[in-house]
Amino acid sequence: MPDAVPAPDALPPLAQLLGLWVAAFLTLAIFSFLYGDNPLYKLAEHIFVGVSAGYGVVIVYYEAFLSDLINPLFRPEKASLDHPNYWLLIPGILGLMILGRFIPRYDWLSRWPIAFVIGLGAGATIPSTMQADIIIQLRETIAPLWAPAPGQSLALAAWVSFSRLVLAAGVICTLSYFYFSLPHRGALALTSRVGVGFLMVAFGAGFGNTVMARLSLLIGRVQFIRYDWWPTVGPLLRRILDHF
Amino acid sequence: MWHRMMRLDRRWIFLTVALIVTVPFIFQWALPPGSVSPPTRALYDFLEKLPPGSPVMISFDYGPASMPELQPMAEALARHALKRKLRLMGIALWPQGTMLCQQAFTTAAEGTGAREGHEWVNLGYKPGALSVILGLGTDITQVYRADHREVPLRDLPIMAGVRSYDDIGLVIDLAAGMTPGDWVRFAQSRFGQALGIGCTAVMATDIYPYLQSKQVIGVLNGLKGAAEYESVTNHTGRASLGMTSQSIAHLAIIFFVLIGNIGYFASRGRRR
Repeated sequence: MPDAVPAPDALPPLAQLLGLWVAAFLTLAIFSFLYGDNPLYKLAEHIFVGVSAGYGVVIVYYEAFLSDLINPLFRPEKASLDHPNYWLLIPGILGLMILGRFIPRYDWLSRWPIAFVIGLGAGATIPSTMQADIIIQLRETIAPLWAPAPGQSLALAAWVSFSRLVLAAGVICTLSYFYFSLPHRGALALTSRVGVGFLMVAFGAGFGNTVMARLSLLIGRVQFIRYDWWPTVGPLLRRILDHF
Repeated sequence: MWHRMMRLDRRWIFLTVALIVTVPFIFQWALPPGSVSPPTRALYDFLEKLPPGSPVMISFDYGPASMPELQPMAEALARHALKRKLRLMGIALWPQGTMLCQQAFTTAAEGTGAREGHEWVNLGYKPGALSVILGLGTDITQVYRADHREVPLRDLPIMAGVRSYDDIGLVIDLAAGMTPGDWVRFAQSRFGQALGIGCTAVMATDIYPYLQSKQVIGVLNGLKGAAEYESVTNHTGRASLGMTSQSIAHLAIIFFVLIGNIGYFASRGRRR
């Protein structure tokens, strides 16, 4: 049994109990969609969207807007600063300019902060992506096929070598499938067909992982119903019956 | 028969999967744990070799929708870090991450005597993954001035001597979105930060190339990765309990795929 399973006959505090029952009701309401679309499902769906958006707004207000802009500017002691940080007026004004999108006459104002964000993002991302996703990946793909590490057994070295061979063959064959400047005949037809095989294996691995992920979500909900909500049903019913 | 099976109402399949997943929990069935995969073992070994007192940062980059896969990972990692007397720091690049971090660290700290602000800290959420990850490489206090309770960093014993990635032994990104790529690009590639990743199974195939190129230390893949980490740390949590249902459901789906294909070809042959 997991550690979080409550003891028999124990009821959590009222607020927690209410939360458990609401969560259980919403879980079952969402699952009711499997039988067919219905008002309970719609209700749960709308509650989920509304609560997520509301929670996000509150968190961003307190943990970003208030702590990173308002406090450093107007209440420096709360931001562990000796003096107000007036440099923050610049991003603050840029942030306000984004809101120009809502007023058609002034929507041009939003282009400046968007240009700033895109410029910053591109400047920071392009070199890092080149390094992390292209250069290092290429270096590992063209690693020597036979390079046993010191102290490595012959069998392990052979296995590593075979893995590198499969990797190199997979990259070359898959790239050849996407090479469209020559007709896929002869050797190119062979490599591109092998490339399709590698792609299918990759799609299969992706699909298998997707199945595992979706089942995990179902398992999570079943565990919630079984270990968190269900143990409260008996004690709660008993308490209600005792009351009457 | 095959023709009728091909027209089977798919709700029967939903019901079968629901029963297969639910029954092991009702009757407390448990299959023996499988072997621990090398990517999980690598992350465990790295954490095991860190000297006591080393800061370990976990980034909570997911929401409640991914809790079944990632929350057991967070709890298992936090439990291991606290057991090893490592300094445990949590941040969030998703708004809901703050709450999930608090929940995971509080659960992991139960019974260990670890106190918030001393042995573990939840620094909370900051928007803009790029600026946060880059900022942590130069000066943490410029990104986080206080923890999620508004306690200034200078008043937190756990933050003594922690200025940037240079002082952090390992960063682990628990992710349900695109953040692992950002951590690899900006923390690992630019600052050389040791990085581990725990991700939902859906995105695991996108992460493995980073493992192959040794840009990440180890990868925890979905519920299976969480169960493996629980197993290697000798703790039976919800991930381990869920693996029995997971394994039986996988067998059922393989069976459905086979039956579906046989039925498809059989009914096609009859049409011809």
